[in-house]
Amino acid sequence: MTTRIVELRRGILKKNDELAAGLRQRFTSAGVLVLNLVSSPGTGKTAFLELTLRALRARGAHAAALVGDLETDNDARRLAASGAPVRQINTHGICHLDAEMVTKHLDDWEEVSLADLNYLFIENVGNLVCPSSYDLGERIRVALLSVTEGEDKPLKYPGLFNSSDAAVITKIDLSVPCGFDRELALKNINEIRPGIRIFETSAKTSAGMDEWLAYLAEQARPS
Amino acid sequence: MHELSIAASIVETVTESASAYPGARVIAVRLRVGALASVIEDSLQFCWELASEGSPVAGAKLVINMLPVIVHCDACGVDSEIEGVQSFRCPRCGELAADLRQGRELEIESIELEDPEPGKQIGAPSPVEEHI
Repeated sequence: MTTRIVELRRGILKKNDELAAGLRQRFTSAGVLVLNLVSSPGTGKTAFLELTLRALRARGAHAAALVGDLETDNDARRLAASGAPVRQINTHGICHLDAEMVTKHLDDWEEVSLADLNYLFIENVGNLVCPSSYDLGERIRVALLSVTEGEDKPLKYPGLFNSSDAAVITKIDLSVPCGFDRELALKNINEIRPGIRIFETSAKTSAGMDEWLAYLAEQARPS
Repeated sequence: MHELSIAASIVETVTESASAYPGARVIAVRLRVGALASVIEDSLQFCWELASEGSPVAGAKLVINMLPVIVHCDACGVDSEIEGVQSFRCPRCGELAADLRQGRELEIESIELEDPEPGKQIGAPSPVEEHI
């Protein structure tokens, strides 16, 4: 018996990466800023996004959202109350969104044309591990963390925080009752992703939203 | 949690690549996996057995080469390996280092094939005696 080694050097998620590259190109030529929101279940992605969509609409910007969940369209219905076009993606057990699901849901979304949008938000399935491996063609990946989850979340999930472009701390109105150590949380995020932009927000009091919206406007501006 | 989809994707790629070598059996698949790739080695090994069962690559060994994170330090101008994934600082000067040079890899490096013995090759012509 003879054996031989055949070099492959192929990305395991090559198919997803190719589809994501195609999406990125479409988003860029349509001039839409695409953000992928990732967090644990219960961090408050939907409340944060709801507030963001309302505020953008009030400022005359055109925003839409794709929202991923294993089951139910509860989040899509909540977000649609903002007046923005929203589409639910049910993954039926799959723990992350991938570029194929995004492509499919964009292609048959009759209500929305990318060229008319300023912003497209993709709310990922609540999970801090798996979504970090799947590029969705987004320009900005946002990792969210609530004050109720503990300051060491970035250290526990470095794969996600290190691959993110911005971090959002949610529910800061609960900082005091939760004994949240703000300095430690900021330090931990910065140890994992040095120099990342961090926003401290509350969907209840709207704290931090002005900074967040200014960041969105700055990122959406054609360079 | 997503190791099963990763394993299924490896089975698909390897099966396709190995089909260029008819009759050969895949005995090993070598991967390069970065420390930040969010892949758990044991879980991937477990899923590999499930995903490869009944496929042309069943029984092949999965060899996972885990790669440490390497950062580039702007202050020192040097690439260094960091220990673990808890602090992205240059081990020489202690400065924070955001420029990642290794750690997110998730790729199939190579496959090892076992060729059939020449005499046993399916469809090989059998020796014919020549009569003069």
